Amino acid sequence: MKTLVIVEHNNESIKQTTYSTITAASKISDEAYALILGHNLSTAVDELKKSNHLKKIYFVDKEDLGKPIAENFCDEIIKFLKDKDFTHVFTPSSTFGKNLSPKIATELDVQQISDITNILDGHTFERPIYAGNAIAKVKSNDPIKVVTVRSTCFEPCKLDSNVDVENISSELSTNESVNFVNYDESKSDRPELTSAKIIISGGRGLQNGDNFKLLEGIADKLGAAMGASRAAVDAGFVPNDWQVGQTGKIVAPDLYIAVGISGAIQHIAGIKDSKFIVCINKDEEAPIFKFSDFGLVADLFEALPVLEKKLQ
Amino acid sequence: MKALVCVKRVIDYNVRIRVKTDKSGVEKDNVKMSMNPFDEIAVEEAVRLKEKGIVTEIVILSIGLESSQETIRTGLAMGGDRGILIKSPDEDIDPLNIGKIIKKVCDKENPDLIILGKQAIDDDCNQTGQILATLLKYPQATFASKVEKNTDDTLNVTREVDGGLETIKVKIPCVVTTDLRLNEPRYASLPNIMKAKQKKIDILDINELSLDLKKRVEILEVNDPPERKPGIVVPDIDSLVNKLKNEAKIL
Repeated sequence: MKTLVIVEHNNESIKQTTYSTITAASKISDEAYALILGHNLSTAVDELKKSNHLKKIYFVDKEDLGKPIAENFCDEIIKFLKDKDFTHVFTPSSTFGKNLSPKIATELDVQQISDITNILDGHTFERPIYAGNAIAKVKSNDPIKVVTVRSTCFEPCKLDSNVDVENISSELSTNESVNFVNYDESKSDRPELTSAKIIISGGRGLQNGDNFKLLEGIADKLGAAMGASRAAVDAGFVPNDWQVGQTGKIVAPDLYIAVGISGAIQHIAGIKDSKFIVCINKDEEAPIFKFSDFGLVADLFEALPVLEKKLQ
Repeated sequence: MKALVCVKRVIDYNVRIRVKTDKSGVEKDNVKMSMNPFDEIAVEEAVRLKEKGIVTEIVILSIGLESSQETIRTGLAMGGDRGILIKSPDEDIDPLNIGKIIKKVCDKENPDLIILGKQAIDDDCNQTGQILATLLKYPQATFASKVEKNTDDTLNVTREVDGGLETIKVKIPCVVTTDLRLNEPRYASLPNIMKAKQKKIDILDINELSLDLKKRVEILEVNDPPERKPGIVVPDIDSLVNKLKNEAKIL
């Protein structure tokens, strides 16, 4: 068995999701390889070279691949795979991978396995369904397994190696029916919700958007991302992209702090893979207490300023 | 411009999911079913494009049991013009096969825009739009939070990607998959629900499509997620901070 990892990066540095995907690939066999597509890749390739578990890195460096347009990436990957004997193609289950990987599977006429959280053998995987409210054990009967990997479920690989690199030239033309226009990076000093180690979220208990400032001081001290329940988003306290839960973002930080959140099913579904869950709520009957490692029954308006002070 | 909206009937997102004791799947008997929320956003977007005069006809497609007709009716009550149901006795069809079925419908209907949810909240695959775009060789714009028609035959689609928003320009015909921020779906009014009952739904049996739809992925078993060990209630902030430092070793 032989696995190809499709590398996620921003042309300058490698995304952490890639290192977790390499670890997942190493669980299939010792034969793990990486393919990186992009433009002006030298720093990114130098960084990737340090990854443990990789036998070799292939790279295609072309101006046309400077933006991750799925159509162009897919064409390159299919061309690359043609004369090789890979049995597995692994891509991180980020928006990059979710956009790209099903195209690869379709071109190969195989059924992709999405968002795996565990590898049982080369054909058998576990993946969450119903937003993690159930875990399916699935077996693929396809000759090539095209898989996306939930990166929070695999430790990133170590970086103390020096892997061989091979430049692949490509004359493929780009797809003319799709063009990149722009990328508007969310300017925040805080980490992204989906990759943050610590998240502090507020719910309807915060009463209004201004009161989210009470969470900011704590988030600053912990280097935490900020989130919200659907109730808080629906009430207009904070923007939609803060929403954590089944229909928002699924998160798995080391520490999740839920403040003034009752713990509706759909919110729990988005946080249950967190290592530690802490809740602060004045209603001791709130369902969130059942899912929390540590719960504090308190009025959040009194508790938060004290907590912020204690974190000095 | 003709729009095809693909909708899936799923367990309502407010229902507590119960795994069957024989581990074969989750309990669906006597459980409230609804349109997949992301597909609802897709219907809404198609209706808004029609209200702007960009889309002229909206066809609502579903694949599944006879009861999926209700889901199509919901779409028709929101503003769809007519429906197509591909009837299948088996609900669990691999996304690749779903893609092949929708392609077959597209070959006949020739829609300019195919719009569907980015994922269904039952199997959480997030694949169908991408598969369909690849099979049709149409450009794809996944995870859309904004769709704008340009004066030529292109759409500008803003996509929700990790770390920000990406805008791409795609040529029509194309496939768009919807994310949460695209719009807020309307509730169908009673008169529109009544009107929807008169709208036409064509029903086709899946076997009439002459496609090879063999299953590629077997579900061996479905389990409950590992339970979290019961937590404790701490008396005050000091003990909370103490627990996080010494037991969780986080702070």
